[in-house]
Amino acid sequence: MTAATAGVAGPPRRSFWRRSLNARTAYTFMLPALLVMAVITFYPLVYQIWMSFTDYGLRNLKATSPAPNYVGINNYIRILDNNIVIPNFDFLRVLTFNLFWAFTNVIIHVVLGVAIALLLNVKGLRFRRLYRAVYILPVVIPPIIVATVWRNMFDPQYGAINQLINSTVGVLFKLPPFTLDWLNKPDAVFSVYPLVLPLAYFALLAANTWLGWPLNSVVATGALQSIPADLYEAAEMDGAGAWMKFRVVTLPHLRPAMLPYAIYGFVITFNLFYLSYFMSGGGPFGQTELLVTTAYRLVNEQHLYGVAAAFAVFQFFILLALTLVTNKLGKATASYDA
Amino acid sequence: MITPNALTTSNPAAAVPTVAAGTRHKGELSLRRQILYQILLLAIAVTVLFPIAWVVSMSLDTTNARPTGLNLIPANPSFDAYRTVIAQPTQNPVSFVQLALNSLLLAAMISILSVTIGVLAAYAFSRMHFHGREFLMLAILAVLMLPAIATLAPLYVMLNKVVVGGFNLRDSLIGVALAVLAGQLPFAIWNMKGYLDTIPRELEEAATMDGASRLQAFIRIILPLSTPVIAVTAFFGFIAGWTEFYFSWQFLDHEQNFTLAMALNGMVGQYAGSTPWSSFAAFSILVALPVSVVYLFLQRYIISGLTIGGVKG
Repeated sequence: MTAATAGVAGPPRRSFWRRSLNARTAYTFMLPALLVMAVITFYPLVYQIWMSFTDYGLRNLKATSPAPNYVGINNYIRILDNNIVIPNFDFLRVLTFNLFWAFTNVIIHVVLGVAIALLLNVKGLRFRRLYRAVYILPVVIPPIIVATVWRNMFDPQYGAINQLINSTVGVLFKLPPFTLDWLNKPDAVFSVYPLVLPLAYFALLAANTWLGWPLNSVVATGALQSIPADLYEAAEMDGAGAWMKFRVVTLPHLRPAMLPYAIYGFVITFNLFYLSYFMSGGGPFGQTELLVTTAYRLVNEQHLYGVAAAFAVFQFFILLALTLVTNKLGKATASYDA
Repeated sequence: MITPNALTTSNPAAAVPTVAAGTRHKGELSLRRQILYQILLLAIAVTVLFPIAWVVSMSLDTTNARPTGLNLIPANPSFDAYRTVIAQPTQNPVSFVQLALNSLLLAAMISILSVTIGVLAAYAFSRMHFHGREFLMLAILAVLMLPAIATLAPLYVMLNKVVVGGFNLRDSLIGVALAVLAGQLPFAIWNMKGYLDTIPRELEEAATMDGASRLQAFIRIILPLSTPVIAVTAFFGFIAGWTEFYFSWQFLDHEQNFTLAMALNGMVGQYAGSTPWSSFAAFSILVALPVSVVYLFLQRYIISGLTIGGVKG
């Protein structure tokens, strides 16, 4: 037990670490977390795998009710066959939309975040701190509030978006009242199966852009301020213009801070429940449904617990693949300049 | 990262001119550029502030149940909408105070449990070597990647089977807190471990040389030094509970257990028919304000933690 890490600690630390090598101390510190996570995190995940091979439903809920029947991989087949009662469900379309949703959001967040951070970092700019204080506001508002407020902003009659259009463009050109139903307009703007983008997607994108760029801007600002000024001076002496300085000095210093954050943002956006659930309700025709909202409806509306378990297993592997791919991409692009 | 210091110290450097022939002083903007940038930054500020201004003005404007036109400055502002939602926020006979207390209880349970349990585990991961350490860290990372909803089905059916007398664990705030904790605890451990890794080991070494036990060194040296990360982690746990929606909505049957976030759902979109929009606005502000204000105060710690984590990958 005590020899587990003999190789790690160097000689001067030995007396200290020998006492701590006692694995019992470590497990004492770990015990509460291990117990709690074993019961409410890891056991449910394993239990879920078993559930995914059964027809677990409403009638199996009570402690006294009969055990569910074993159905093999039937639940997995039902999901891939789009046969899970949820109207308009299409696994490939939902997955494609989900990926596209996360990807477009992160690109916009990072580009806007970096651009605005660069703008705020210009030397001699006035009111810099005031702008920074204002721009942080979307970060501090809970996402569920952002989602519900933006839902009502896109209301065709009473929402602020259409009213803003009416009171500016509408008044200017004497147009009839503009009552576009952003979130429910049935015909898609772009539709090449499996990627279908209804107008609601762009409304969601607008709301999430408002929500997402400021934190990227803060992270970019931190990275920008850590760039030594003499690097720019050296580049200038070599005759570099603004664009060249950006490419040679700024960009390589931004990348190590922005890339892990972009990957983190990708996973967060991929699993973003509130906007899709509250703003568009997954509509129209389930076209803005994400994997997380589908998983929620399987439990909350359909009570198909077995199918929901199988769906969660799919989610796990999709996220695992995404994490591996993004980490690979991250490493590949990081070593490019290093 | 964005401390006032960083800003003021950059100014003297900028004020030292390195004059090249024919160019203006470094660190000064031409008036035209200054104006151009100010217009751009103002326009961005307007887009950031517009939704907030809209909600605030709507919450103060109680002349209409529905806003018929864009009106960012209400004619006769009043706090009537706030009084209305505090008296009775929804059709259900649950008071605002009851909803707020439930949300507070949920938030406090998640916050306290995730930090107290989490900081011990984070310390063990950061400082000790034990059998299964790497495996457990990987397991926690794997859980972090999963959305909380991924364990909705098993937690629902499992907690539903814990019935003591007339008490069903699933249909209680404790049950919801446990479900949220399942996802929050791995985050808390990971977040705090990252910070503990940056505290020099020599400090504890000195203490144990002087005869302190491992636990004493942890309590007297590590805990005080990690106050910022503990505060931030506790706050994230609090937000997770305060704004929790999907577990509560799925688990809770009885109105006396309902939370603010659940009531909010009844005021949106298709359900909004019976709620005046000023009430919705006032309610949103009342839910957001406590966490938003605290977030603004903790901002510096949250963001520096984020950038440290970001750089370290």
